[in-house]
Amino acid sequence: MKVRTKAYGEIEVEDKQLVRFPRGLFGFEELRDFVILDATQQPFYWLQSVDRVEVAFVLIDPMFFRPDYSAGVDPSELEEIGIETPDDMLVFAIVTIPPSAQRMTANLQGPLILNRRTHEGRQSISLDPRWGVRHVIVDEMAQNNPPPAGPSSASPGQPSAVREP
Amino acid sequence: MLILARRIGESIMVGDQVEISVVDIKGDQVKLGIKAPSQVKVYRREVYAAIQQENLAAAAAAPETLPKLEELMGGEGRRPPAPPAPPAAAPPSPEASGSPPPAPKKP
Repeated sequence: MKVRTKAYGEIEVEDKQLVRFPRGLFGFEELRDFVILDATQQPFYWLQSVDRVEVAFVLIDPMFFRPDYSAGVDPSELEEIGIETPDDMLVFAIVTIPPSAQRMTANLQGPLILNRRTHEGRQSISLDPRWGVRHVIVDEMAQNNPPPAGPSSASPGQPSAVREP
Repeated sequence: MLILARRIGESIMVGDQVEISVVDIKGDQVKLGIKAPSQVKVYRREVYAAIQQENLAAAAAAPETLPKLEELMGGEGRRPPAPPAPPAAAPPSPEASGSPPPAPKKP
């Protein structure tokens, strides 16, 4: 089918790219049907509304910059979109791109949960206090993958001069 | 909206599984205790509002800002910027799937 997209104009998409959010997203409850597109830049994706071309979200796999991420989704939420096994589940975070793109943030408090088998999804609300709505992606990447070169931080808290008696 | 007056230590039931009790009152602040089954998510209204706001802000992001992200994410030896391409899952050529098989070779 043909879909008008914010990023690429009108394009042909396959059925397997369609996703349905039976309750919409928060603030966009009336929009149920979306398509997922690979962005020209990894690791991003587009979530494009089928019905309103101007409504499109940039998505990222939160594990890309927070390997410790877990959405803390409730069993009833999984059930609602028919997720039966962990293999059924895909998790994305919505990215917000401010005028200064370096400060782009990901919303880890309101993750999108998708059932890759049924192509149904919902936006969840994480109750984990670690996750907020604006995680600066580049900052957290730097924390998780510090540059290889640099001052070594060998055994902090263990002064080398101390000798045992 | 149903409005009920409660004192400290008193509670209300929402359905037969959710209990909200008044734990303490200090000035203009009320401490509530909430007992609910684990599948009922309980959160402050502000959390919901923040996520709603963030969705609206994210949707307002202009697509032309996206190409810049590639530089931000680092990665030496990245491919040069490609022209806007439809998703990999959907080949751009509309004839790709319905094209006839190659013409038979002449004997």
